[in-house]
Amino acid sequence: MKRSSLFPYVIWMTLFIVVPMFLVLYYAFTVPTDTGATWSLENFHRFFEPIYLRVLGRSLRLAVISTVICFVIGYPAAMVMAGNAFSRKNVILLLFVVPMWMNFLLRTYAWLTLLERNGVINVLLTSLRLPRLNILYTESAVVLGMVYNFLPFMVLPIYSVLSKIDKGVIEAAGDLGANSFRVFTKVVFPLSLPGVVSGVTMVFMPALTTFVISRLLGGGQFTLIGNLIEQQFLVVGDWGFGSAISVVMIVLILLSMAIMSFFEGEEKSVALW
Amino acid sequence: MVRFLKRSYIYLVFAFLYMPIAVLMVYSFNDSRSRGVWGGFTLRWYVELFQDRTIMSSLYSTMFIGVTSAIIATIIGTLAAIGIHNSRGIQKRLIMNITYLPVLNPEIVTAISLMILFVFANVRLGYLTLLLAHITFNIPYVILSVLPKLRQLNKHLYEAALDLGSTPVQALWKVIIPEIMPGIITGLLLAFTLSIDDFVISFFTTGSGVSTLSITIYSMARRGINPKINALSTIMFTFVLLLLIVVNVRQAREEKKGRNGRHGSKKQIRSFDAKFGDA
Repeated sequence: MKRSSLFPYVIWMTLFIVVPMFLVLYYAFTVPTDTGATWSLENFHRFFEPIYLRVLGRSLRLAVISTVICFVIGYPAAMVMAGNAFSRKNVILLLFVVPMWMNFLLRTYAWLTLLERNGVINVLLTSLRLPRLNILYTESAVVLGMVYNFLPFMVLPIYSVLSKIDKGVIEAAGDLGANSFRVFTKVVFPLSLPGVVSGVTMVFMPALTTFVISRLLGGGQFTLIGNLIEQQFLVVGDWGFGSAISVVMIVLILLSMAIMSFFEGEEKSVALW
Repeated sequence: MVRFLKRSYIYLVFAFLYMPIAVLMVYSFNDSRSRGVWGGFTLRWYVELFQDRTIMSSLYSTMFIGVTSAIIATIIGTLAAIGIHNSRGIQKRLIMNITYLPVLNPEIVTAISLMILFVFANVRLGYLTLLLAHITFNIPYVILSVLPKLRQLNKHLYEAALDLGSTPVQALWKVIIPEIMPGIITGLLLAFTLSIDDFVISFFTTGSGVSTLSITIYSMARRGINPKINALSTIMFTFVLLLLIVVNVRQAREEKKGRNGRHGSKKQIRSFDAKFGDA
């Protein structure tokens, strides 16, 4: 009886997850002809034209920059939160999560107000007789939007791993003569790597695939791979090319996940020794 | 001193996270269209917001689709979780992998694949497709919320119920479901919030005339700044804040009673289960 409770789910997922994935593959690997469609790699071939490769390069670059910034800001924040600087950790953690409950689009839109030519930041700067900041509709604004939206994704997994580290291990390292720097590099950081890996994955993936942040804060000038897919489906109507880009994107993500889990695995085996 | 520095750092990060929201809220009361200039206090934008037909009808769609998709996803997902819990080997691994697919796949890929499916199957894009898409991306999160509760369940409970003469259906309804209820509720709430928060998948699977709040905000924001959006943000943020306070007070009370239910923010659950949840 209990097994049969799987049926609705299996049917649903086959219909709405598995079949659509095969449809994407089908469109990616075929080109339409007069009589129907034939198998072809033309869509992928097209993606390797310089103009599209530049889009890919820009997407990867901005995603990497955002991930690095999130890590640099997020790791110390996670460490402080996991430490004993605050007596009410739950409240601090909650305060970190609250902004994420705000609609994603509204959070991104908020930066429009701040960064505008006559926006809040510029009014402040002018009143302090400082030079204006004109970064709206530039790559910097896109990176800022990514960091703002995805920072909690970096902090939370690192925090959860750090707060589970056995305090005894850290004390033991100290008793055995390690100074606090060595305790961090040899004990705390290696132990926190699983959190870092999931944090990096969770920032990098949405940063690579977003089309909203680049559209709103980049003003449409900075086409990322996500914008390219959106255009193919909603403007140009070239499903084949759009599907091919999606397939490339999935492959990229699988690759980066494989690389990340390789790092994670390697550290684990080192820890075992 | 070090403690002070550490605290200041966190406050700085909080300033970064909250400043944009605070500015939006303050400017929703500003009687001037241009930013930076304070034209006095007004509630004009709130009045205009509630008179805006587009925004109000998309609010209605968002709520309707959020509630409906959450309920359907919770039913299918809970049944599925029970089934997964009781299956073994390759079958279990295969199903779990398919469950993780929409969680790990970039949203835009899920979105376009569903769009292709609907157009391919000649289903008119609109309410129906929006609902189907939302149920689809919600089910995995329900499963991931219910499974941990099933794992905590005493294995012999179900057998005991059968031994005491209940039918399998009765055992499920009277014993298993009440035991895993906290997980089901978490799943339901998670599904609802994910649904009302979603933009990307809705954007690709909706048709002309049907618009969720996220889609409306996107099309308004693309045209530049609009004070009505500020008013909307203020209302939504206040609403979310109140909801969170209620949930947390409830949770704190439950913890005092000695029950440690599995709660947490939606993103936390999403992230931690995606990474550390069992496969």
